[in-house]
Amino acid sequence: MDLKALVFSFFNLEIAWEYLPDILKGMVVTIELGIVVALTGLFVGMILAVLRALQIKTLNFFIICFADIMRALPPLVVIMMLFFAFPYIQISMSAFTATWLSLSLVLAAFVEEICWAGIVSVPKGQSEAARSTGLNWLQSMLYVVLPQAVRLTVAPLTNRVIAITKSTALGSVVGLSEVLNNSQSAMSNSGNATPLMLGAIGCLVIFIPVVLLGRWTETRFRWKQ
Amino acid sequence: MQSPILKITGLHKSFGDNEVLKGIDLNVTKGQLVFMIGPSGSGKSTLLRCCNRLEEPSAGSILVDDEDITARGANLNRIRQNIGMVFQHFNLYRHMSVLDNVTLALRKVQKLPKDQAHARGLEALKRVGLLDKATAYPDQLSGGQQQRVGIARSLALRPKVVLFDEPTSALDPELVGDVLKVMRELKEDGMTMVVVSHEMGFARAAADHVVFMDAGQIVEQGPPSQIFGAPTHPRTQAFLARMSEHTA
Ligand SMILES: Nc1ncnc2c1ncn2[C@@H]1O[C@H](COP(=O)(O)OP(=O)(O)OP(=O)(O)O)[C@@H](O)[C@H]1O
Ligand SMILES: [Mg+2]
Repeated sequence: MDLKALVFSFFNLEIAWEYLPDILKGMVVTIELGIVVALTGLFVGMILAVLRALQIKTLNFFIICFADIMRALPPLVVIMMLFFAFPYIQISMSAFTATWLSLSLVLAAFVEEICWAGIVSVPKGQSEAARSTGLNWLQSMLYVVLPQAVRLTVAPLTNRVIAITKSTALGSVVGLSEVLNNSQSAMSNSGNATPLMLGAIGCLVIFIPVVLLGRWTETRFRWKQ
Repeated sequence: MQSPILKITGLHKSFGDNEVLKGIDLNVTKGQLVFMIGPSGSGKSTLLRCCNRLEEPSAGSILVDDEDITARGANLNRIRQNIGMVFQHFNLYRHMSVLDNVTLALRKVQKLPKDQAHARGLEALKRVGLLDKATAYPDQLSGGQQQRVGIARSLALRPKVVLFDEPTSALDPELVGDVLKVMRELKEDGMTMVVVSHEMGFARAAADHVVFMDAGQIVEQGPPSQIFGAPTHPRTQAFLARMSEHTA
């Protein structure tokens, strides 16, 4: 195997140039999807954790069921259910919507569990002190419990968000034109692996900043000593 | 006779089948320091916690300055401003500076403007001798200092009565004195206080009234000289004997 062949198949400038627009479009879709999934999942998961803190028995039962099922199911299964199975009950959605919804629900389940663990880790005396000075339940949650819970959850939350944004690539099974899917079709159209290399580089460009952001948040949230 | 600031009548509290308070009657008049003693599990903490409804009483009534705090529809969050609470483990908010700890309720509940809240917070910190720690964080303070911040936090709301639940039990012995000193100064300033504690020396020196509780009931009460000097009930005698063994 000589170097020339390697360069020809993996780093072919001509092909790279031809398919770059496709890959870039895919990157935009991946970024959009990643952002909406992260926002939706974090938001829904946090709301669920706070609702769980209300300690309403039936509500908690449903929240726990949701969290356990969604954490147990492989995200791919959820995506395929929404995209391929739901049309049988007259619910159809685009590949983007199906992927967004599935990954958001899965992320929400993990976020709920992480945030709940964070809330539980704050000693009860904290909210009691807040309540005893006249703060209502929501205020004691917002100003006293959650800010302390957050510190303990930043690291696992960041890891989870990184993992789930990377699984946006799963959208390719339902034909979503995200970066991986576009690179793959470019590869078969061109009969050359260069587009896939471009796709990989595209992923690095997207996800390395996310990983760095994760590192930065971890070092930021510490107690003042 | 002055009407009491805190008037507890027929107070019962059960946790499930476990009746923890079995009919408590107690009056605390303005400026009084009532000191509560009793064996572990006798219901002292539960009694204090009922007084600001951190626990829901099962029956009975509690009046604070003639307002029934157990009444249905009572505005708890307003009422709690009148009843300070100091906890054994301080329960300071670790993510906030000392001043923010003290002013949180002023800002969020009383909705005071920031500068007014700060002024009130600093005034409270001055009373406990910690003006210079306003910008520190709880983890940077000693236990005794943290507890004084806890006291300042309740004082900042200008409560009508302050409840202390074993305020010095979690402290190293050499730090106890500072906290007790602050409490004595409060007493001299006329603050009404209910103190659950094992600091008998403090009780002898500063309490107006001593209450001995056992198994959810008030067994004996009276001035410190009487309770410590000549307790009449055998359970009081036994408890005090055990306590002095401990400290001797
Ligand atoms: N939240 C709760 N749920 C169930 N039982 C409780 C609860 N809080 C207190 N108890 C019970 O009530 C009884 C009285 O407890 P309490 O804490 O009032 O006693 P105490 O006099 O303060 O004791 P100590 O000196 O150990 O602090 C104990 O038997 C305790 O187990
Ligand atoms: Mg207790």
